[in-house]
Amino acid sequence: MNTASAARVPFEPWNDPKAKPYIRIVNVTKTFGDFVAVDNMNLDIYQREFFSLLGPSGCGKTTLLRMLAGFERPTSGRIELDGVDMSTVPPYERPVNMMFQSYALFPHMTVEDNIAFGLRQDGVPKEERKRRVEEMLTLVQLTKFGKRKPHQLSGGQRQRVALARSLVKKPKMLLLDEPLGALDKKLREQTQFELMNIQEQVGITFVIVTHDQEEAMTVSSRIAVMNHGRIAQVATPTEIYEYPNSRYVAEFIGDVNMFEGRLADVAPDHVIITSADAGTNIYVDRGTSAAAGATVWVAVRPEKIDVGLIAPDDPAYNCIKGTVWDIGYLGNLTIYHVKLESGLKVTAAVANRTRLRDRPITWNDEVFLTWAPDSAVVLVS
Amino acid sequence: MSAGDDTDDRPSAALISHDAGGFAEWLHFRLHRGRLAWAAPYILWVATRFSGRGMVIAIPYGFLLAFFLIPFLIVLKISFAETALAIPPYTDLIEMVDDGFEYFVNIKLNLGNYWIILSEDTYVRAYLNSAKIAAISTLLCLIIGFPMAYAMARADESIRPTLLMLVILPFWTSFLIRVYAWIVILKTEGGLLNTFLIAIGVISPDDPLRILSTEWAMYIGIVYSYLPFMILPLYANLERMDMSLLEAAADLGCRPIKAFWVVTVPLAIPGIIAGCFLVFIPAVGEYVIPELMVGDNVRVIGRKLFTDFASERNWPLAAAVSVILLAILIIPIVLFQRQQARLQEAGQ
Ligand SMILES: Nc1ncnc2c1ncn2[C@@H]1O[C@H](COP(=O)(O)OP(=O)(O)OP(=O)(O)O)[C@@H](O)[C@H]1O
Ligand SMILES: [Mg+2]
Repeated sequence: MNTASAARVPFEPWNDPKAKPYIRIVNVTKTFGDFVAVDNMNLDIYQREFFSLLGPSGCGKTTLLRMLAGFERPTSGRIELDGVDMSTVPPYERPVNMMFQSYALFPHMTVEDNIAFGLRQDGVPKEERKRRVEEMLTLVQLTKFGKRKPHQLSGGQRQRVALARSLVKKPKMLLLDEPLGALDKKLREQTQFELMNIQEQVGITFVIVTHDQEEAMTVSSRIAVMNHGRIAQVATPTEIYEYPNSRYVAEFIGDVNMFEGRLADVAPDHVIITSADAGTNIYVDRGTSAAAGATVWVAVRPEKIDVGLIAPDDPAYNCIKGTVWDIGYLGNLTIYHVKLESGLKVTAAVANRTRLRDRPITWNDEVFLTWAPDSAVVLVS
Repeated sequence: MSAGDDTDDRPSAALISHDAGGFAEWLHFRLHRGRLAWAAPYILWVATRFSGRGMVIAIPYGFLLAFFLIPFLIVLKISFAETALAIPPYTDLIEMVDDGFEYFVNIKLNLGNYWIILSEDTYVRAYLNSAKIAAISTLLCLIIGFPMAYAMARADESIRPTLLMLVILPFWTSFLIRVYAWIVILKTEGGLLNTFLIAIGVISPDDPLRILSTEWAMYIGIVYSYLPFMILPLYANLERMDMSLLEAAADLGCRPIKAFWVVTVPLAIPGIIAGCFLVFIPAVGEYVIPELMVGDNVRVIGRKLFTDFASERNWPLAAAVSVILLAILIIPIVLFQRQQARLQEAGQ
């Protein structure tokens, strides 16, 4: 999933108790009138991280970025940057650049002048300024558009100018508010790659807001999933996906089958859940914090479920019988929607390792859904 | 086209003579009677143009035609006439002649009025002086109006309509009354300002401020009267400005004061230009304020025009004065329109 980290040495400062966070968000609350946009948030972000904020619209992502950039004062709590309390530092003195969700390009300036604006404020000499603007224009593939005004550009081109303008100063921290939303897939992937490159070269700390899960998975060192101004979970992409800490996170990231059940047996190394939803007992080889008898939810990702026509040898656990309700052929995957006796529908995604015509499963077939004990997650909330 | 060419459908005009003796330079046209048929295509064009949906546009065009273009053409016509002891007090330009052989229209244009204006120092000075007064007033309006418009645009949204109302409110009373009110305020003997300053002991009763009848009074009057014309377009512009641009500037390391000059002001230029034109253009022809606040010793073209028209009863000369004034103003007006058109193109 995390393509960049494959080539890197493990980068996990958040697991290192000696590492000093670069950004510390301490008990930060932001209210607008009596509406709480950010609710008592605590978050540490480390240098060189590529930190993604993920969450539904209106959950406070932009508000959080604006507080980091200095456009909004926290109602309470404090924000530290590199050990310095930022409360009284105005935006123009923060070593932070932000790319605005609305782009906020200067309409009276050409693309070049927009990008050069920040360098000009720092008194960068003309020659170097020109060179760096050129560099940025090349990066965002707008070399031919340098002399245009923003209103002469398409939405995606404007977004790239905004991105270039925020990148050109190579700040210590870069806040990107949905930086790639308006780009087509190819350009987006290129730009993601470039962002990661820039980060490796310059060591910028990125905080990026995105609605695109795949993007967050690809680029992030860690992801924070937000909900109503609170952080639901902060973890690496793999952890978030494989071990979500709540139904909210499990359902927000990717597809998931959720079975409600009761904890029948709790041991340090495994739990057993009886689920009327699933019509089976579920065995999960990880302990849980909840006590026996508690109501819990079991989350199983579609691609972890196997679909078979023959009952497995040991059907006591993790085996559900159902009828094929619908089949979706996606090329690389086939999605089976299976209806259980309880009425619940379960989704299973099976990789098409052989050709479709070789697969005997079809509509209305009675099938057995199975998964391994380490494939499910028990959620208590 | 020679005289007497009867086969020509169109009216032919010929410059018959012009005598450049002294001031009275005449242009003498002879317009041959043509059949009206030549006009038919034009009438058709207008009819198709304004049929149906076009009628909607025809109404404002008709309004402009009736209340701007035609009055102007009348003034233009008068400016080419001579004074006469008649009602109205000028000669006719057009004379129908039927000499037995031919029937034609004689048009005699008197350029003498223009000669007088362009060669007499008093007129040239009056034009220049008016332009200078208008320019200074415009600048003062901008200097005073910009901060006001800025403050209004940045004020809390709930009080903006009130502030706007306060700017517009003076229009509800007569312009003349407001100018007279300033006279009452500025008067040397017993004026409100002097009374107040004497009462609080800033100045002594023996040496009151002499503002009325000086150029100061005129500028106070003009700036006061025209300030709303500066504030309103500026406010409309500044209020529309996207505040995130200032955040972006700050984010890129630009201090607020600098951001004002490199972001706010450049973006306000359309409003500044609109305001300047709306003040400058009427201020050039301003007559009442200089007349009331200063009196005889101020030489502005508006006063000149008024005396020519009313006291001297020289309508042709007064008409020529206003035609030249218009010609001078047409330049900024055209520039203004071009700029507005460009803005619309830019979609701002
Ligand atoms: N200036 C403001 N005044 C009042 N409410 C505000 C203000 N700014 C934001 N809010 C509210 O705070 C909440 C969070 O807004 P925010 O812009 O941070 O959302 P977001 O997570 O960035 O959403 P999106 O993904 O749609 O951009 C929203 O409900 C919004 O209406
Ligand atoms: Mg947002």
